[in-house]
Amino acid sequence: MSARFFIPGDAGAVAVGADEVATAFEAAATAKGLTLDIVRNGSRGLYWLEPMVEVETAAGRVAYGPVSADDVPALLEAMLAGEPHALLLGPTEEIPWLKRQTRLTFARCGIVDPRSLEDYRAHGGYKGLENALALGAEATIEAVVQSGLRGRGGAGFPTGIKWRTVAATQAEQKYIVCNADEGDSGTFADRMIIEGDPFVMIEGMTISGIAVGATRGYLYIRSEYPHAVARMEEAIRTARAAGYLGRAVAGSAFDFDMEVRVGAGAYVCGEETALLESLEGRRGVVRAKPPLPAHKGLFGKPTVINNVISLATVPIILAEGAAAYRDFGMGRSRGTMPIQIAGNVKHGGLYEVAFGVTLGELVDEIGGGTASGRPVRAVQVGGPLGAYFPRALFDTPFDYEAFAGKDGLIGHGGIVVFDDTVDMAKQARFAMEFCALESCGKCTPCRIGSTRGVETVDRIMRGEDREKNLVVLEDLCHTMKFGSLCALGGFTPYPVMSALHHFPEDFGATTPVLEAAR
Amino acid sequence: MNSPEPWSAARAAEIIAAQLDCEGPALPILHAIQATFGFVPEAVEPMIAEALNLSRAEVHGVVTFYHDFRRKPAGRHVLKLCRAEACQSMGADALATRAEQALGIRFGETTPDGRVTLEPIYCLGLCATAPSAMLDGRVIGRLDARRLDRLVSETQA
Ligand SMILES: Cc1cc2nc3c(=O)[nH]c(=O)nc-3n(C[C@H](O)[C@H](O)[C@H](O)COP(=O)(O)O)c2cc1C
Ligand code: SF4
Ligand code: FES
Repeated sequence: MSARFFIPGDAGAVAVGADEVATAFEAAATAKGLTLDIVRNGSRGLYWLEPMVEVETAAGRVAYGPVSADDVPALLEAMLAGEPHALLLGPTEEIPWLKRQTRLTFARCGIVDPRSLEDYRAHGGYKGLENALALGAEATIEAVVQSGLRGRGGAGFPTGIKWRTVAATQAEQKYIVCNADEGDSGTFADRMIIEGDPFVMIEGMTISGIAVGATRGYLYIRSEYPHAVARMEEAIRTARAAGYLGRAVAGSAFDFDMEVRVGAGAYVCGEETALLESLEGRRGVVRAKPPLPAHKGLFGKPTVINNVISLATVPIILAEGAAAYRDFGMGRSRGTMPIQIAGNVKHGGLYEVAFGVTLGELVDEIGGGTASGRPVRAVQVGGPLGAYFPRALFDTPFDYEAFAGKDGLIGHGGIVVFDDTVDMAKQARFAMEFCALESCGKCTPCRIGSTRGVETVDRIMRGEDREKNLVVLEDLCHTMKFGSLCALGGFTPYPVMSALHHFPEDFGATTPVLEAAR
Repeated sequence: MNSPEPWSAARAAEIIAAQLDCEGPALPILHAIQATFGFVPEAVEPMIAEALNLSRAEVHGVVTFYHDFRRKPAGRHVLKLCRAEACQSMGADALATRAEQALGIRFGETTPDGRVTLEPIYCLGLCATAPSAMLDGRVIGRLDARRLDRLVSETQA
């Protein structure tokens, strides 16, 4: 029997037993005198079903999950006999949660063998680079501009415009830096794509390098992601051996090579200039802008710095055309967003969809409500610097401007769901505590203000001079918001003020809701 | 389980030299030093400073800035529990307290017998199968009291 089995090697699947399941499959097969062709694919992103095992059949791939090692002997029996099994989910592509998505950036994730360059090419890989080479640098950048792609790291700056600036800056050496620091709680899209489709990172960075005239790239991955680091390093070696990195990339007239660098556990190093400092070997202290990294970035040279998802989306834009991408979305938020639904949620995972879906659809319909079965009380969108949203705001569409209009942000697209046992004062306290822990120390409002913030929330929680301390907290937020150099100090007020504004009862407030710091 | 090499200046010099031709070698050097010796010994700071033409204070500043770099050896096992929001929403705080009680130490500490170091970590990217942990580099999702107790007993073996 030569059927192929797919058992994710994704860290999220491994964390819930995928390695044990793979071992159990091998053992069960050996017991039957069979050898199985097992591919350790990326995750499809349906994490509540992980480990999700797929088998290739004449009618396409069929999924089973969540599988535990104990299930395997009987499951293999049923699979081989083509008999039904309690864990059968049906044809993978027909699972509604997957079928309703628009997978552009994640088109290959979970489908291909992430170790195989041939598989990557067989699934449309390197078509983007081919088109970019045919178009030339200027038209490549124009295509990225026209696609409407905005940076997926959080700030939402148009990617093509950034590239244009770097292309227009003259220098002997330029760099492409990919930001895979992904520190936001509730986010894992970068990790998933690196683990599940690493060659797309290489293709995206190569296209960027050729477009702006850069020959070297660095992919800065946080140390909390050892699986991603290993997978990416292996892919780089494979691509280099096949002529897709190094001199005359893919037979073109261009040179481009890249390497992985590993972070060292500092959230602030996700901020682009702190990341550059870190790459240069210094403390991850945020730089004042200007100069922009596009003018003076890594080692003082013009540098494109983009998030993983921004760069991973470039190949499909070049492969399918800017218009095909721009046609999805709403307003100024074009294309799709890989939304990560996490926390206390029944159906957590990665859901790539065109902008415009509402928060309520994401949490209640797609997420299926809480894992605990209790009512959803709050969701934090956009990581530790993102606002907490109450149910009353669930009609907000997923769109950069719509979220900003509600004093929130979509950030890197993470949604963390909380049930009604959450204490929002505690969450506000944590936001301040995290800021204090991770502050780079450059600005006083961030460094000192956050520590004062923790103390103030503590007093409020103890009921000490509550009214007075609520005013102090609001003042602190105001000072941080306007006196901080970067968004760590500047946006920590979002979770704090939104918690206070939308859930005043958790702060024991007796007076009407305070004005959010504006 | 960690099995670091004993400190050796000659070995450290080798590690430093091996990274010197990369651009911005400080972090790669520090990672390699820690991977070898289990921590970043103070004695290595002047060596790195000299090799990179930096002041010793600068190197010290870098080492102390990053949460990853240890100033002293860790226990034989390192148990990291995610303390970030998605894990909080699934009861990570209670598990954290349980781990502290089971091990008799606070976060950031090592048990007196040197068996285990307990550390906080802020997101492992496993937020859809929260709460999450990492034991000696192995990732664990859907943590609950029973699984946590099993991890703790693994560290006692
Ligand atoms: C404290 C802080 C942390 C950040 N963390 C990340 C991160 O982990 N990943 C990321 O891509 N961008 C992060 N950013 C945003 C980056 O500064 C920058 O905007 C981004 O890398 C640009 O890439 P993009 O335009 O493709 O989004 C962070 C910003 C701040 C202020
Ligand atoms: S706001 Fe905080 S993290 Fe950002 S530059 Fe200032 S001190 Fe550093
Ligand atoms: S918040 Fe714990 S793994 Fe992401």
